[in-house]
Amino acid sequence: WDETHFGKMGSYYINRTFFFDVHPPLGKMLIGLAGYLSGYDGTFPFQKPGDRYEQHNYVGMRGFCAFLGSCLVPFAYLTVLELSRSLPAALLTAFILIFDTGCITLSQYILLDPILMFFLMGAVLCMVKCNSCADRPFSASWWFWLCLTGVNLAGAMGVKFVGLFVVLLVGLNTICDLWDLLGDLSLSLVMFGKHLLARVLCLILLPLTLYTAMFAVHFTVLNKSGPGDGFFSSAFQSQLIGNNLHNVSIPEYLAYGSVVTMKNLRMAGGYLHSHWHLYPEGIGARQQQVTAYLHKDLNNLWIIKKHDLDTDLSDPSSPVEFVRHGDIIRLEHKETCRNLHSHQHEAPLTRKHFQVTGYGINGTGDSNDFWRIEVVGGKAGKLIKVLRSQVRLTHVATGCILGSSGKTLPKWGWEQVEVTCTPYLKETPNSLWNFEDHINPKLPNISLDVLKPSFAEILLESHMVMIRGNSGLKPKDNEVTSKPWHWPINYQGLRFSGVNETDYRVYLLGNPVIWWLNLVTIGLYLLMAVSTAVTLKRGVQLTSELKELSRVVLCGGGQITLGWLLHYLPFFLMGRVLYFHHYFPAMLFSSMLTGITWDTLLKFCARVLSPRITARKVYGGGFLALVLLIIYSFYLFHPLSYGMIGPMASDPSSPMAGLRWMDSWEF
Amino acid sequence: MLGFLKNPVVVTAEINMNLVALTVMGLISRLWGLSYPQAVVFDEVYYGQFVSLYMKRIFFVDDSGPPFGHMLLALGGYLGGFDGNFLWNRIGAEYSANVPVQSLRLLPALAGALCVPLAYQILVELQFSHCAALGAALLILLENSLITQSRFMLLESILIFFILLAVLSYLKFYNLQRHSFFSGSWWFWLLLTGVACSCAVGVKYMGLFTYILLLAIAGLHFWQMIGDQNLSNVSLICHFLARGLALIIIPVAMYLSFFYVHLTLLYRSGPHDQIMTSAFQASLEGGLARITQGQPLEVAYGSQITLRNVLGKPMQCWLHSHTNTYPIRYENGRGSSHQQQVTCYPFKDVNNWWIVKDPGMQQLVVSNPPRPVRHGHIVQLVHGITTRYLNTHDVAAPLSPHSQEVSCYIDYNISMPAQNLWRVEIVNRESDTDVWKTILSEVRFVHVNTSAVLKAGGFMNFHLEVQTGRTLEVVGEKLSKGYHQSMVWNVEEHRYGKSQEQKEREVELHSPTQMDISKNLSFMAKFTELQWKILTLKNEDTEHKYSSSALDWITMDTNIAYWLHPTSGAQIHLLGNVVTWASANVAAVVYMCLSLWYLIRRRRRIYDIPEGKWQRWVSAGGICVGGWAVNYLPFFVMEKTLFLYHYLPALTFQILLIPIVLQHLSDHLCSALTVAWFSSVYLVYCTFSPVTYGKPSLSVAELKQLRWKDSWNILIRKQ
Repeated sequence: WDETHFGKMGSYYINRTFFFDVHPPLGKMLIGLAGYLSGYDGTFPFQKPGDRYEQHNYVGMRGFCAFLGSCLVPFAYLTVLELSRSLPAALLTAFILIFDTGCITLSQYILLDPILMFFLMGAVLCMVKCNSCADRPFSASWWFWLCLTGVNLAGAMGVKFVGLFVVLLVGLNTICDLWDLLGDLSLSLVMFGKHLLARVLCLILLPLTLYTAMFAVHFTVLNKSGPGDGFFSSAFQSQLIGNNLHNVSIPEYLAYGSVVTMKNLRMAGGYLHSHWHLYPEGIGARQQQVTAYLHKDLNNLWIIKKHDLDTDLSDPSSPVEFVRHGDIIRLEHKETCRNLHSHQHEAPLTRKHFQVTGYGINGTGDSNDFWRIEVVGGKAGKLIKVLRSQVRLTHVATGCILGSSGKTLPKWGWEQVEVTCTPYLKETPNSLWNFEDHINPKLPNISLDVLKPSFAEILLESHMVMIRGNSGLKPKDNEVTSKPWHWPINYQGLRFSGVNETDYRVYLLGNPVIWWLNLVTIGLYLLMAVSTAVTLKRGVQLTSELKELSRVVLCGGGQITLGWLLHYLPFFLMGRVLYFHHYFPAMLFSSMLTGITWDTLLKFCARVLSPRITARKVYGGGFLALVLLIIYSFYLFHPLSYGMIGPMASDPSSPMAGLRWMDSWEF
Repeated sequence: MLGFLKNPVVVTAEINMNLVALTVMGLISRLWGLSYPQAVVFDEVYYGQFVSLYMKRIFFVDDSGPPFGHMLLALGGYLGGFDGNFLWNRIGAEYSANVPVQSLRLLPALAGALCVPLAYQILVELQFSHCAALGAALLILLENSLITQSRFMLLESILIFFILLAVLSYLKFYNLQRHSFFSGSWWFWLLLTGVACSCAVGVKYMGLFTYILLLAIAGLHFWQMIGDQNLSNVSLICHFLARGLALIIIPVAMYLSFFYVHLTLLYRSGPHDQIMTSAFQASLEGGLARITQGQPLEVAYGSQITLRNVLGKPMQCWLHSHTNTYPIRYENGRGSSHQQQVTCYPFKDVNNWWIVKDPGMQQLVVSNPPRPVRHGHIVQLVHGITTRYLNTHDVAAPLSPHSQEVSCYIDYNISMPAQNLWRVEIVNRESDTDVWKTILSEVRFVHVNTSAVLKAGGFMNFHLEVQTGRTLEVVGEKLSKGYHQSMVWNVEEHRYGKSQEQKEREVELHSPTQMDISKNLSFMAKFTELQWKILTLKNEDTEHKYSSSALDWITMDTNIAYWLHPTSGAQIHLLGNVVTWASANVAAVVYMCLSLWYLIRRRRRIYDIPEGKWQRWVSAGGICVGGWAVNYLPFFVMEKTLFLYHYLPALTFQILLIPIVLQHLSDHLCSALTVAWFSSVYLVYCTFSPVTYGKPSLSVAELKQLRWKDSWNILIRKQ
């Protein structure tokens, strides 16, 4: 399944080829590192799910992920222990995580999720530890935990952007903490300043530095041209060994008579392209197609000419004349000698835009071939730089702007991207272009190293590209996608491998007993928290033991619930494609909450049944029943994660036949 | 009993002349020359068509919001005697004489005018001085954008009116809470809060934000009451129940009643029928109901049916087949079975008819008595005109190579065996022995051999010989990942087949259905469906010349041209009062900085301002800054086309903040400055009033002078 993705990216690191992914690089770097250390040579192609690994050494990478995945159990155990000061609660949480088939399946393979969850839980644990050191601030252990929180935050952010939620959680916690300190009048303002500074240092500066360092390593390691080039700007591409922009030199300023290629500035935007084929009957005027094409091709070459003169500018004796901001130009397609043309016919796909065609014979056309060239933020008369200048082409006759809509044309357009002239004058990358190749024998060439972007620019650009990539992952119409409300009820899992009866099948699905227990617990917890809060607010006097219990419910449980909310609710607002495994960070919090809630509830029940012996029996019995239930359900469902062979569960002869409790499960 | 004889009846009236004067000024500013321009202005073209449909009682679905706002606009039309005959097709089109422009625009204008006294009262209830209240009302009065938006048949001014009304009545209620709870006026204001909230939500879903804000504030106030040890548990519960009733149950009931009225008013079928389910369509007069009226309810072996895909997206379509076969080889080189094509066809056609056949029997007529088909039964589907069986097999479908091709089985030149058994699964069954019902049952067809599910897919773009273009692919989906509406079908037209002979049957298929049973959908079923359609219906992402992003609104970097006179330069723009917008921003920033400062100081037990003043400051901020934030910030995560007018509710709250901050600072500012500032507001109002009211017409030079920002799009005619 997704191993094809992240395993492949691990290989890229080992081969040092540049690639692009929507997630930050740390997770894949760690996978690559694990593979490297365990002797994987990065040659396995990771083509499609289900391919055999043969002789390739993949155990290192899987083992690494599985190790991080298993660390979750002690982390959760320690966190709950710290929050509730109750061994049974911590044990219960640990049992839940050990015996949850979903967690097991997810940590077994080369995926980013175990790494993400490792850092995430690490951050939570350190935060909790640090809070419990609050009585002795600035001690060594306090500093240690505080710094470690920062490191883990950087790690979580560096694996996936979902790490942002844990940053929020820690941030909110820190703000509350500081607010308490501020209200403490025994603390002088100087002391408060020290507290503030320490937190800024450890929780903001340290993670930021590490995060940037991560990207620095990423860009240093990946210095060869690879499949990710096209996503980045021309200036960035010139940094990669093997890219055709690497170490080339071209004239810096655009002049009339130059032969150029124009690249659209939208994400993965293509080159302005034309070819001998005409638009088919019924789609605008029957003139030559103009499209955007993602690959380098001779048909991407255009010649810049003056709009009124048709002299041969290649004549070496004529003086060089530069193109300036605001000039009116004509673009002639080099191969077919037709001019870039637009008119008031509707575009093939985007009906509200105008069609763009190639028109004229041997460079003679009409006034619809005139375009005004403007640089973003430029002034009249300024020269236009290759690669650097962002250029807008305005059609003189209709006032529309040349742009690429990003929609793919049907068969007749060779599945290239539509180019239109948009009458809506908006500043979007769709309607901006830059000049990439530039050939003009009359001008001196300069090396592209001058254009070398600074590290900050690279960092910014890669983030922009990642964010755009993420928001580009939209579900298609009619596609069945996973909805966030499916997740806590364990509505539907994910098929990891194998579809048919004869395959070895692994199915990512939470242990239903555990998940439904978690779900019930959330409701139960809300009920308990509200009643506790109201009781306290009404000023009811509590015994010291009950006070301790209410503290655990409100403070400990509150932090965990906040974590759950932060890791779950934002998905309802996301427009991108969602998968079941996105719920797992929230599930960790939910499991911890289960441990705390049931422990408190049992303690409370035991207190109500006051005789000592019955109380202990009730408490012990309840606890034991929960643990046994969890273990038994694991026994039932363990084939989900360790693999099943044989008939599907819908077949009554299958060993899993009785376990398909919901019709939506597909094992 | 005769007490009035002893003590004479005395009516003491206290009239705040300020308030009256403000109301009059508000009315003048909003109602002046209301019927000008006598042409369609901006979104009137959009709302107008719904008013017309209301007048004609034709059913429609509008995904932009719930129906209450549309109904209010239609009420204006009804009172003005509008007959609904006007073609709303173009902004700027002249109104014909039968359109009562004045009364159509009257309600929004009245709502806009009443916002002025409401603003006054809110500040008074927040316990600020009458001077501050007067300031707030004047600022609202002189805000060009609010005036423009109120003067036309648009919904924002109504929305703002209800929002302000809800806020005001909650404040009144809260102030009464201290001394006289459970009194008559206490109940009145509490109930009015709930009613105003539901009206606001009913006009536009944006009202939900203010509703949630008020709920949160009410919750906070109640939380403070819980801490009050003087109140007994019983009275606390009474308070809680009263609030629950007024703020939750009544709004929900009102909201439902809007839909009830909407559905009662609109009983005729119309242009939006096809996005609703067959059952819904059948409940409307005309349209589908005319056809389905009186057809047999239970599908039996031998029934002749048409099968409609439940999804209805991208268009409604029916399972269809025709004599053409799939091409032997597609353009991309993949092979096909070369059998008869099966598609999902978006038009009614005689080729949409299918016959349900019992695999064990040969006959294609309904026996007497009919044997109904139940959940889990295995059937064959026979195409009526060609008498071929619906079949699927392990061949890649024309467009989706991962799914199975569905075809009609031809009995010659075939190397593959027929696999034409389908299991009927009723999705919305109540028990496992449910009968398959016309229109009501949603059915999945599961292929017996491969357990693939019959599904409608995307557009067929390639040419299938005769049928080209707009038809949808039908496939057998092997990996049936849960429930999706594209895999569910329902019977739309239905009759019991009588003719055994093919020729006679063809004649029968061509003749319209006639039988007699009728049924009706309950209100709740209709409501759920309509509500769901409103929420999920997505218009295509439309670009608009005047659309803007939320960030542009604070600084008013954008405007909207509403109308342009066909010959002269007279024009109407949605443009705010620049001074007011700027000062509102300043007030918000000052408020937030000051609050933070006070808050931190108070945390260190340093009290700069007395407790009472602090409380007032906080509650005013909670309403105004809170109202601004909840009505503005959500737009950053919304993925729809946004316009400047979406900002107006937030702006109203922000304007209310100006006098609050001003009064707080007034100890340090001289009043001359305030007067100067107010007169500048007035001056800007006067400057921009030509584009607010659309007259007088301005010359090119004057228009150019009005273009204070380069990003504004003032229309200048080329000479």
